[in-house]
Amino acid sequence: MVKKTKSLNLNFGPQHPAAHGVLRLILELDGEVVEKADPHIGLLHRGTEKLIEQKTYTQALPYFDRLDYVAPMNQEHAFALAAEKLLNIEVPIRAKYIRVIFCEIGRILSHILNVTTQALDVGALTPSLWGFEERETLMTFYERASGSRLHANYFRTGGVHQDIPLKLVDDIEKFCKSFPKIIDDLESLLTDNRIFKQRNVEIGIVSKKEALDHSFSGVMLRGSGIPWDLRRSQPYEIYKDLDFKIPVGKNGDCYDRYLCRIEEMRESVKIILQCIEKLPKGPIKSIDGKISPPKRDDLKQSMEALIHHFKLFTEGYRVPKGDVYTAVEAPKGEFGVYLISDGSNKPYRCKIRAPGFSHLQAMDYLIRGHMLADVPAVLGSLDIVFGEVDR
Amino acid sequence: MTEKNLSKLEKLINSQLSSKVKHSHIENNELMIEIDEKNLIEIVQFLKTNDNCKFRQLIDIAGVDYPDEDRRFNLIYLFLSHQNNNRIKLLIKFKSDQTINSLTKIFPSANWMEREVFDMYGIKFKNHPDLRRILTDYGFKGHPLRKDFPITGFNEVRYSEKEKRVIYEPVKLEQNYRNFDFESPWEGTNYFKEIKNLEKDGKKN
Repeated sequence: MVKKTKSLNLNFGPQHPAAHGVLRLILELDGEVVEKADPHIGLLHRGTEKLIEQKTYTQALPYFDRLDYVAPMNQEHAFALAAEKLLNIEVPIRAKYIRVIFCEIGRILSHILNVTTQALDVGALTPSLWGFEERETLMTFYERASGSRLHANYFRTGGVHQDIPLKLVDDIEKFCKSFPKIIDDLESLLTDNRIFKQRNVEIGIVSKKEALDHSFSGVMLRGSGIPWDLRRSQPYEIYKDLDFKIPVGKNGDCYDRYLCRIEEMRESVKIILQCIEKLPKGPIKSIDGKISPPKRDDLKQSMEALIHHFKLFTEGYRVPKGDVYTAVEAPKGEFGVYLISDGSNKPYRCKIRAPGFSHLQAMDYLIRGHMLADVPAVLGSLDIVFGEVDR
Repeated sequence: MTEKNLSKLEKLINSQLSSKVKHSHIENNELMIEIDEKNLIEIVQFLKTNDNCKFRQLIDIAGVDYPDEDRRFNLIYLFLSHQNNNRIKLLIKFKSDQTINSLTKIFPSANWMEREVFDMYGIKFKNHPDLRRILTDYGFKGHPLRKDFPITGFNEVRYSEKEKRVIYEPVKLEQNYRNFDFESPWEGTNYFKEIKNLEKDGKKN
């Protein structure tokens, strides 16, 4: 007797704790096997690119905090680099070090969130409780440097907004000394955990070729065994003077990606320690008065400073005509900004290349033939944040 | 990704594709190649497979709108070669009613990127498997990133206590949208200038 089967359509999200945001995933199921996945995105679309076209370069920067809100400064970095490339200005060396310190803090922030919530999705509660405590500490570092925990708005074209408080460096160093122990603790809960392995090993395998074809970047690419990291291959800021390793996976499954993220956190800690050791003294933003605002003291004394201040906060600065693409290795992959300037004080076009967009696109290819229970595991290991996917 | 490698690559592409490359230049240490939209598939295929290019990854597709130009839309394709550690930008310019060949056959990741361009600019792609809107709302009208689309949009949503559901309404602004034109701070804002111009025209007539 032939049994007739009918496929079942299932709406996963938009309000689902394992969807990591507002994802509406329409799944076609045959029993428990996923036959097709159709992600509907755009529920968090805010028109960032349109808004940036209306703002001056300084005003456009905070929008980048709101893309991948798990690691805000990494996004700011890409935009600052793009504007600097068009303006052709040099960033003071101290600012470069401060930027790298905070970008690596952002990487740890993002990886803690991803590793622990992915574990939460497959049934482990404790890692997220331990991890979030550390995130809180890291966000106080953000707050002490920029004034806010999340939406920092700290980087500027030509440097950073303010110098960091003296004691902050010591505290970051103290954190870096104690944090590897926390990673060990997290690993002791997950790496050899039988349930965690059963849920992640050989799930969502990505081959090298497919990783390239689907425009994967970051951990998604390295997990599949392609040694590619923009910090190493196309170094920006001071990354070429730093000593760090690039962890690469072997099998390209969820478990390898988890291991890559854990190792990257350890490397980030090493990078921060090196930066703290070498941190030079000096100015923290470009001394070009046409681009970075004058000091508060100068404002009271110098007419020129006053004029600069007025012009910068009304008109902003003009950026020479041209187009550039700059990319940084954000925690989630290659985050790029394609900036077109028409010579005015506002960007003519600012295309944001979000790594999560291409990763989520491959959901259908990744999940086809897997069980329904694997959907959260794969989705978690893609490291999706809807702020950047929907822009 | 040194300047020398880029100019070598530029020369190679110019010699291999001689007639198909309209214009090429290196600016800000980035290579940009302008081509005709008819040759898009062929050239992308060449860039992907040629041993000296090996642009195996499509990074992004960026649309640009120049409403005053005859060929109104630009598309910029960004490619990355891991092997040669190179990037390249491919530029096509075309009129608003033209359809562009889809790259989905060569790069599966072009699927959503083209959907986004379609959503934001209304550019249509030939042979695209699933050309739906992607980022905007279900049933959205218009293409938001076109320069003639107002930043406030046309519709707004709110929860209606009367109908007990979310309803769509035309945008009502309590005050005019004020876009200060700081490039010439002494001449006031744009809408003020428009009013002034109207008055001037009225006097002339």
